[in-house]
Amino acid sequence: MSKVEIRSPLPGTFYRRPAPDSPPFKQDGDAVADSDVIGLIEVMKSFHEIKAGTQGNAIRFLVDDGDAVMAGQALAEVDP
Amino acid sequence: MTIRTLLIANRGEIAVRVIRAAKALGMRTVQVYSQADANSLAVGLADEAIEIGPPAARKSYLDIDAVLNAAKAAKADAVHPGYGFLSENADFADAVVAAGMKFVGPSGDAIRLLGDKVAARRVAAEAGVPTVPGSDGRVDNTDVAREIVTRIGFPVMIKAAAGGGGRGIRIVNSLDEFERQFPQAAAEAAAAFGDGGLYLEKVIEKARHVEVQILGDGSNFIHCFERECSLQRRRQKIWEEAPSVALAPEVREKLCSSAVALASSVGYSGAGTVEYLYDDATGDFYFIEVNTRIQVEHPVTEMITGIDLVQEMLCIAGGAPLSIRQEDVRSAGHAIECRINAEDPYRDFMPAPGLVSELEIPQGDGVRFDTLLYAGYEVPPFYDSLLGKLVVHGKDRPGCLAKLRSALDGLKITGIPTTVPLHRALAADPEIAASRYHTRFLEHWLQTVFAASQGNREVA
Repeated sequence: MSKVEIRSPLPGTFYRRPAPDSPPFKQDGDAVADSDVIGLIEVMKSFHEIKAGTQGNAIRFLVDDGDAVMAGQALAEVDP
Repeated sequence: MTIRTLLIANRGEIAVRVIRAAKALGMRTVQVYSQADANSLAVGLADEAIEIGPPAARKSYLDIDAVLNAAKAAKADAVHPGYGFLSENADFADAVVAAGMKFVGPSGDAIRLLGDKVAARRVAAEAGVPTVPGSDGRVDNTDVAREIVTRIGFPVMIKAAAGGGGRGIRIVNSLDEFERQFPQAAAEAAAAFGDGGLYLEKVIEKARHVEVQILGDGSNFIHCFERECSLQRRRQKIWEEAPSVALAPEVREKLCSSAVALASSVGYSGAGTVEYLYDDATGDFYFIEVNTRIQVEHPVTEMITGIDLVQEMLCIAGGAPLSIRQEDVRSAGHAIECRINAEDPYRDFMPAPGLVSELEIPQGDGVRFDTLLYAGYEVPPFYDSLLGKLVVHGKDRPGCLAKLRSALDGLKITGIPTTVPLHRALAADPEIAASRYHTRFLEHWLQTVFAASQGNREVA
């Protein structure tokens, strides 16, 4: 079965944690629900939550914490 | 010693503004830039450009060592910090001076002193500048607190000393409410912040935000009149004017003199701004804070006085005495600035970086557009959303508003949503035309007047 990608709706900087000293929203291998927050995008000094938007298992992140991303870029993938 | 080579430690429209001022004074200009800004207008305009790191500001524009190394490599003899980033970082100012260069701004000590809210309030009070009535620091005892609130009058804010950013604030409207809330506030602050300390401040309702531009060379101090910046969203100014039509001439004189007294009391050097709340109902004004840098909205002051504030900063930093005396500073006509941001006003001001395919800039007497844009520029997502500032000058406020409406119609930024439609609506609003607004006006107006107008919105 093919993987489902979770894409960024915005360009900006991707963060996997709610704050620098907090644990990540999700670890590689976690299951996710549709409404789960998987990260934040910082764009022009404002922060936007990124929801999984899909249900799946064994999430695998494709970009690192603090990486610059383009709109439409895949942030992570899950097994549907 | 005048400055020969100036390093600009900033980006965006203010970097462009500083480069133009420095070139007008015959200086060589060196622009630092992050990897995301290689194609910026400032990089293209400067005589030399040096990359200082990756897009994230903390690894480039906020990296003191990276900026200093670039300045040394370029053999700069001065650094202009612009606004934001390192502009009010006292350690950066000290480091620039320690490296044998001039910092275009006040001393690190002055930045440190005026940047500390409690210390700045004390400096203001000692210089005779009115501060918001309240407790002088912490108040732990209910009897003492009761005496203070009775003296200053309601409504009063009970603030947690350890709070901040709007947290730990209660507003009480009567002595009954005060008696109930004060002990609760102390308990809550202790639980929330590990510190039950409280202080009290009078609530200034329907205040206007008024600020005075100051210039000093360490020995001479002048003001360049006031700006009014009451139209704010989430505490961010979006529209500024000079002069403030709310001030009677004698109030203006007192306000501006108080800013000069404050500058003089600390031997201020460079350009700065003293911010106040102005109470329409009583005609009283109260000190808020001092900004020890050039402000975004400085052009409205330049329009009404004819003074080039950035060139003045550079001359002062180069060691020249102030070239203007107070009696030479005249205010003529009226100026308005609209901040044009890469945000979609129809989608809760969602940031909207991206490619600007076409750009048309309005021209004409008394019309100015300070911008980082050019046609074909890709606005990066990593920084502030300010794209430019449309500034117009008219012989009076109605004339200025008419010119603004025409200039806004002539400003066309194609490819990304901007706040131009918001400014068109504001420029056509009868309450704005009557200058009936205060610092909480805009958020209410957005939810009512602007929200109602979205049915017949133009296509961006």
